[in-house]
Amino acid sequence: MALDQIVDGLSEVSCDVLVIGGGTAGPMAALKAKLKNPKANVVLLEKANVKRSGAISMGMDGLNNAVIPGYATPEQYTKEITIANDGIVDQKAVYKYAQNCFEIIEELDSFGIRFLKNENGDYAVKKVHHIGTYVLPMPNGETVKKALYRQLRRARILISNRYMATRLLKSSDGRIAGAISVNTRTAEMLVIKAKAVILCMGAAGRLGLPTSGYMFGTYENAANSGDGYAMAYHAGAALANLECFQINPLIKDYNGPACAYVAGPFGAYTANNEGSRFIECDYWSGQMMLEFYNELLSGKGPVFLQLKHLHPDTISEIESTLHKVERPTRGLFQQGRGVNYRSESIEMHISEIGFCSGHSASGVFVDDNARTTVPGLYAAGDMASVPHNYMLGAFTNGSVAGIDAMEFADSHDFAEFDAADVAIERDRVMAPTAREDGIPPNQIEYKTRRLVNDYLQPPKVTRKYELGMRRLAEAREDMQERMIARNAHELLRALEVQSIMDCADMAAHASLYREESRWGLYHWRTDFPEKDNENWFCHTLLSKRDGKMTSEKRAVEPYVVPITDDEKDLYDKQRIRASA
Amino acid sequence: MPLASYQTSVPVIVDDAKCIADKGCTVCVDVCPLDVLRISDMTNKAYMAYDECWYCMPCEADCPTGAVTVNIPYLLR
Ligand SMILES: Cc1cc2nc3c(=O)[nH]c(=O)nc-3n(C[C@H](O)[C@H](O)[C@H](O)COP(=O)(O)OP(=O)(O)OC[C@H]3O[C@@H](n4cnc5c(N)ncnc54)[C@H](O)[C@@H]3O)c2cc1C
Ligand code: SF4
Ligand code: SF4
Repeated sequence: MALDQIVDGLSEVSCDVLVIGGGTAGPMAALKAKLKNPKANVVLLEKANVKRSGAISMGMDGLNNAVIPGYATPEQYTKEITIANDGIVDQKAVYKYAQNCFEIIEELDSFGIRFLKNENGDYAVKKVHHIGTYVLPMPNGETVKKALYRQLRRARILISNRYMATRLLKSSDGRIAGAISVNTRTAEMLVIKAKAVILCMGAAGRLGLPTSGYMFGTYENAANSGDGYAMAYHAGAALANLECFQINPLIKDYNGPACAYVAGPFGAYTANNEGSRFIECDYWSGQMMLEFYNELLSGKGPVFLQLKHLHPDTISEIESTLHKVERPTRGLFQQGRGVNYRSESIEMHISEIGFCSGHSASGVFVDDNARTTVPGLYAAGDMASVPHNYMLGAFTNGSVAGIDAMEFADSHDFAEFDAADVAIERDRVMAPTAREDGIPPNQIEYKTRRLVNDYLQPPKVTRKYELGMRRLAEAREDMQERMIARNAHELLRALEVQSIMDCADMAAHASLYREESRWGLYHWRTDFPEKDNENWFCHTLLSKRDGKMTSEKRAVEPYVVPITDDEKDLYDKQRIRASA
Repeated sequence: MPLASYQTSVPVIVDDAKCIADKGCTVCVDVCPLDVLRISDMTNKAYMAYDECWYCMPCEADCPTGAVTVNIPYLLR
């Protein structure tokens, strides 16, 4: 059979709880759902292969946000994230995470994932954030995926690899009814009926184009093309604060973290070309990214991660972590450029834009039970709106979602969807395969993402946005009328472009709606350069209403942990003041 | 509109002498998150079919015979 030959086919299966995305949050959600009701059927659907999929494909070097008794309290953590996120936080979900995450750490420990301890046997937590201490190294971090996979097998979770979910199904009364997916190697379609669905499809990581021009050289795992955001949107779920983009400080060209969280606690720091520090704190916030951006353009760039002043043994220790887990090709990259950390600093740059709540706050709106605004539909991990969630947030909220979704499934029967919806989706999915002639997906994707860089990347200028939206609409027309896919693999890419295009439209729409500047670089609008608490101290929710993209305000829930006036601006004071 | 094929030097290489795909191994093809590796019909060995690589390493790490080498994609090297 020819490579990735297209096979015509449509089948249907059903389960109690369907989890889509088997990266980090997904496996935990599936596991917890199954443990909640071992008799129920839980399906874990994954575009790649659960063994090695997602952000943690090669493991992680540590937990960025562990709330460990003795080091930090849930109150402190909630306060820190509230301030880091400029106050726009529904604290209940953050507080719940902070209370639950220690239990999840102990559970991960029982799976065989080890966390750094000191001589007394206490967790050796490090300080990276502005105020509190939350970073916990993982000495055998490369084993995370293997350990999770073992648990999934033991619990008899049904895993379907190489199926890309494309749309959600709902009943006429608005309840979730299942999802539609496509086999990425044969193009055969599979409809999965489910009583509850949990979305764990990661960040929208292929939105901007990396400066290298290599489309798959993204910060996020490049399989995360924003399908979850697009699917939630088309299902009518609300998406929160999408204008709060994800932008990260990364190794220039390599486009992976350097990583200040690993090296920082040993004494490494971010410096300008004079070797001077210019930011108070290396924790990734929009305010910190704004200073980073300003420094790059100030004539004092490039910006570097400085570690050559450290003891050679310390550097070797940092090196062995950076080159072994998470993004192990970092070593190969530096070697290729002849960079030795002992004599040279690491040149840094800023990443392409994306949506992500794991690092920022742009995600599908969820409450503290991981419920979206669609009954029976849940979201967890990078794509759900709990801010600054990181890996432990994906595990912890994945767990919350799994348990709540199974309770929902136990008390509801299957919702009925309209067969016509499946037919419409089949036509949409297969359309590029029916054309003899046209534009291949890689060209449409490149152009779309290049437009995102040219017009949507901050600083956000209204006039640029308006032009950008016109250009994107033209690219969308090409995508809808002329895109071709000549085999199943190209069809996978063609479907991903459609998610990317939807995310680009959402990024533009959400950014124009919020008429103020907030979150440092993430939402810096030159036409509205000030923070406007009077009118914009609120979430924005974007959703599809009567086929149209709309945005509305939503009040921030009353705080559980009060923030005093003198604490509010702590993250605004990122720049180190020149000492006289 | 006619299409032209586009030359690209792929980042992942497989040592045919070490690859045991002809004995049924498909590990690297199975684990790749971007699904860009395939077994060649002609040589019965694994190879990179699509230049869409996240230079992440599962293919190299999980290959039972050490046949896979991941390089940094040229554009960002
Ligand atoms: C390079 C890097 C370094 C990081 N370092 C750290 C760190 O040191 N510490 C820390 O705490 N956090 C770190 N993070 C953040 C952390 O890894 C993420 O927040 C977390 O893993 C996200 O989990 P997730 O389940 O939401 O997404 P992922 O783990 O990315 O999983 C998403 C899954 O969905 C699948 N998928 C996507 N679309 C579809 C579809 N249409 N159908 C089916 N499946 C689909 C993908 O293949 C993937 O498996 C890092 C992230 C990156 C990218
Ligand atoms: S994993 Fe190694 S041996 Fe197996 S098919 Fe791939 S290259 Fe060949
Ligand atoms: S490095 Fe990663 S993306 Fe590239 S071929 Fe190997 S597994 Fe696939």
